[in-house]
Amino acid sequence: MRSFSRTPAALLLGLLFGLGGCAGGQDQGPGAGRLAAIKARGTLSCGVDGKLPGFSYQDSDGKYVGIDVDVCRALAAALFNDPNKVEYRELTSSERFTALASGEVDVLSRNSTRTLSRDATGGNGLEFAPTIYYDGQGVMVPVASGITSLKQLAGKTICTENGTTTELNLADRFREQAIPYTPVKYQTGDQTYAAYLQGRCAAVTSDRSQLAAKKTSFPDPAAHTLLPDVLSKEPLGPVTVNNDSGLSDALRWVLFATMQAEESGITSKNIKEKLAFAKANPNQADLRRFLGVEGELGQQLGLPADFVPRIIASVGNYGEIYSRNVGSESKLKLDRGLNRSYKDGGLIYSPPFR
Amino acid sequence: MTALPWWRDSRKVGWLVQAAVGLGLLLVVALLLSNLEHNLTRAGLRLTLGWLNQPAGFDIAETLLPYRASDSYGRALLAGLVNTLRVVGIGLVLATGLGVVAGAASFSTNPLLRGLSRTYVEVVRNIPLLLQLVFWYFAVFLTLPPANQALQLPGLQLAKSGVYLLGARLVNGELVGGWRLSLELAALLTGLVIYSAAFIAEVVRGGIASVPKGQWEAAESLGLKPLATLRLVVLPQALRVIVPGLNSQYISLAKNSSLAVAIGYPDLYAVAETTLNQTGRGIEVFLLLMAVYLGLDLCISVLMNGLERLVSLKDR
Amino acid sequence: MSRPSLQSWRRQLFGSVPDTVLSLGLGALISWAAWGFLHWAFGQAQWLVLRANAATLTIGRYPEAQEWRLWLLLGLLVSLTGLSWGLLRGRATAAGWPLNDRIAAGLLSLLTLVVPPLLAFGGLNQLRLLFLLGLLLLLRGLAGRWLAHRWGLRLAQSWPLVWAGAYLLGLWLIGGGLGLTPVRPSDWGGLMFTLLITSLTLLLALPLGVLLALGRRSELPLLRWVSVAYIEVIRGAPLITLLFLGQNLVGFLLPGGLAPDRVWRAAAVLTGFAAAYVAEAVRGGLNAVPRGQLEASRSLGLSTAQTLGLVVLPQALKVALPALVGQCIALLQDTTLLSIIGLFDLLGIARSVLANPDWLGRYAEVYLLLAVLYWCSCSALSLGSRALEQRLSSSNLRPAHR
Repeated sequence: MRSFSRTPAALLLGLLFGLGGCAGGQDQGPGAGRLAAIKARGTLSCGVDGKLPGFSYQDSDGKYVGIDVDVCRALAAALFNDPNKVEYRELTSSERFTALASGEVDVLSRNSTRTLSRDATGGNGLEFAPTIYYDGQGVMVPVASGITSLKQLAGKTICTENGTTTELNLADRFREQAIPYTPVKYQTGDQTYAAYLQGRCAAVTSDRSQLAAKKTSFPDPAAHTLLPDVLSKEPLGPVTVNNDSGLSDALRWVLFATMQAEESGITSKNIKEKLAFAKANPNQADLRRFLGVEGELGQQLGLPADFVPRIIASVGNYGEIYSRNVGSESKLKLDRGLNRSYKDGGLIYSPPFR
Repeated sequence: MTALPWWRDSRKVGWLVQAAVGLGLLLVVALLLSNLEHNLTRAGLRLTLGWLNQPAGFDIAETLLPYRASDSYGRALLAGLVNTLRVVGIGLVLATGLGVVAGAASFSTNPLLRGLSRTYVEVVRNIPLLLQLVFWYFAVFLTLPPANQALQLPGLQLAKSGVYLLGARLVNGELVGGWRLSLELAALLTGLVIYSAAFIAEVVRGGIASVPKGQWEAAESLGLKPLATLRLVVLPQALRVIVPGLNSQYISLAKNSSLAVAIGYPDLYAVAETTLNQTGRGIEVFLLLMAVYLGLDLCISVLMNGLERLVSLKDR
Repeated sequence: MSRPSLQSWRRQLFGSVPDTVLSLGLGALISWAAWGFLHWAFGQAQWLVLRANAATLTIGRYPEAQEWRLWLLLGLLVSLTGLSWGLLRGRATAAGWPLNDRIAAGLLSLLTLVVPPLLAFGGLNQLRLLFLLGLLLLLRGLAGRWLAHRWGLRLAQSWPLVWAGAYLLGLWLIGGGLGLTPVRPSDWGGLMFTLLITSLTLLLALPLGVLLALGRRSELPLLRWVSVAYIEVIRGAPLITLLFLGQNLVGFLLPGGLAPDRVWRAAAVLTGFAAAYVAEAVRGGLNAVPRGQLEASRSLGLSTAQTLGLVVLPQALKVALPALVGQCIALLQDTTLLSIIGLFDLLGIARSVLANPDWLGRYAEVYLLLAVLYWCSCSALSLGSRALEQRLSSSNLRPAHR
């Protein structure tokens, strides 16, 4: 009886692997593909974390707020002139990429790090939009432990979350410096931090922005500190699936629009005047093109001509998004650091809108 | 005599039904597979096993198999499998021991022992295993004191850094030596053993109850004490009924070990989940998991069938 | 009568030296454990976490504005329970309600009066619960008096339909749509969600399991192979791997972007899983039906469908009932695995409550409450199954009298 039941499984296995040989990729123009499906559907489906203050979480009214949420709102505003036409799905780090690859969500806006193997077709096969948050991996320890450098973590336990670049970077850095350690992995961020707070591990590691954000919700934030070491580069940004340049191009330029708006000094408060100014002055070529008063930039992307004013009016420019969620106007008060405009010495740079 | 109309001919109807069911199944499977292929193509993934040779890049908290982050995914999965086998092996032995004791205790002459055994079985059987596991881990083992204030039990030392058996000494505020079980493994074993032993106790109780009362009385009239009766007369006969029941309980234990992922123990399922995240190879990982667990069940069944033949009545 | 039993207790506990040592040792162990538990429960434990989160644990993150629908549903269920209770127990004797009914009524009243204030339910909610209690007892009395007497038999035949209708109505009240504000399945949670998923899965898995069991015994080779393959593969796999398949890979198997809500995916997987075990239980029942029954109905000219429906299945299901209730209990326990894939059943919502830094470290209190809740449900089911078993086995004696 038992040996019989393995035959169907083996047959299915062989069948599926055989099918793999018939694969072949196709590229799609701006009119076809996911973007058209989203426009027809009327809502955007966005994968988020849902529990990370500053990036995506629910405020006391049950509304989603955060940088990752604002990315989705911007795209929805560009497409439907209504930033609220978004369906949010909370995804754990374990399932986020399969959810995106299987088409369950259109865009994954979940503070995901851009790496080669995630980008490459031979790897995860994902398409990364421009980085919206340049971060680095850090380590948090209790102040009372007296640990001030990575070397002092030798032989200790470190809590991490399953399925992230965090655990890979931790392994690499500690191997390089020949520091022995024991990783303890949990499925969700909540469990990881709970175990750390209970003393299961001597340290917890994650993106520095995430550590800072979670620290604000600890019972005694001042009792914990981030070590100065930065274990890796963590460029965070939204993700779409490969072979869908319509959607990924649209998303890319929606993000660049927010960055360009900050560079040009356009905010959600003055967008109306700027628009009126652009319409009244035919010699403001750059501004008119950017705001869609002349030219066909929006249409080339499959978006309406005035997609930039729509975005700025609903979520604001990059600087406003940053300060509202993680910067000076928020509880986190994170310094902009590398996330400043290139004019101020940072890495935020938009290609020209022409 | 009129010929039988085709819809009353049970053989013809039988073939028709089979054809319909077969066709229906084929259609559904073909539809699913074509969707699968289309979606995989769109996502740029092809079904292969080549990725098993790529370096894994992640560490595993505890392994019996020597493993480093630079080893391949295949080796990582193997390490996870070894961890699962470790838990299942130790768990089976301990659970059988506890289960037999609890099952036999329900026939004791001492009402306190009887009551204790019955209470244990009735309480543990009706509480979900996952709840018991998270309780043991988060509410009990995570609250243990740090190493320099370790709880001392005979032969056992319990601290936040682990459970130490057989002689660990305090050196510089840390416990070294002895045989160390991590907190995760200790909690997993405790929960699994206590839960499975309750079911095994029921099986044992059923087996002992199936032995005719005459055997007990005859043994007593021969002057055997109750414990000796149990060991020499009743249990060997009860085993015929117990062993088939144990088969399904052992398979249950093997499958339940996959719940280790909830408390951070890196068993096969947990490592497979990490592998899935890092490679995105959902289908291949899933098929591998199914194959391994089915194989494990097969091994246990084969062993227990052999055991069954050993204890069965030899026909004269 | 009490004197001899006291003697026999003493003999059993302290009859011989080893017995005495064992009794004293166990007695000491039990009292130490009980003392430790009481000391913890009244000293160190902080029960505030339960009071603050009682609503979340019961109904998850259901929007407050729509809670009235859940109260309505509860009222509906309570009314139906009261009526069913009355119909089942029939007319009252001259002495009033039977003893068991009075014990049950007393227990319920005690619980309703004591527990809500302990859990700091608001005054309005306590009043609502008391009202529902009164409704339950009133309907039980009225149904026993009037309905059972006059329409008992006719009602009993269509009563399952009434419950089915109430179940569908309940689904509509919880989910919304068609006039009511829709509430997404991801907002359902807690005890309500666990009960909903368990009942839904069971209702769907039973017919599927029966079909599989029949298929496994079929003489048609294709049906037999397909059923056997399905049952053996499902029974060999851990539930967590199947749930993981359902969550992550269903999207790959369906045409672009069509992915049902995670809750429905998990429910589908649970149904498929439970169906395999139900099939095994029903197969045991089918094996117990003597072949003579099949031959007799064939000789009477009944078609296969009629044979199955009128003769074989009723007997098989009766024999399989204890095993089926066992599967029901196992299913209730298996719903806890939904918390691992991130759904908010009772255990899942409890873990998310515990993740809140306000309630850090309160694991023992919350998990104890959950343990009590699950234990009560599962014990009630298994006690009911044993009672049902006894009733049915006594009724099986009747054919011998004809």
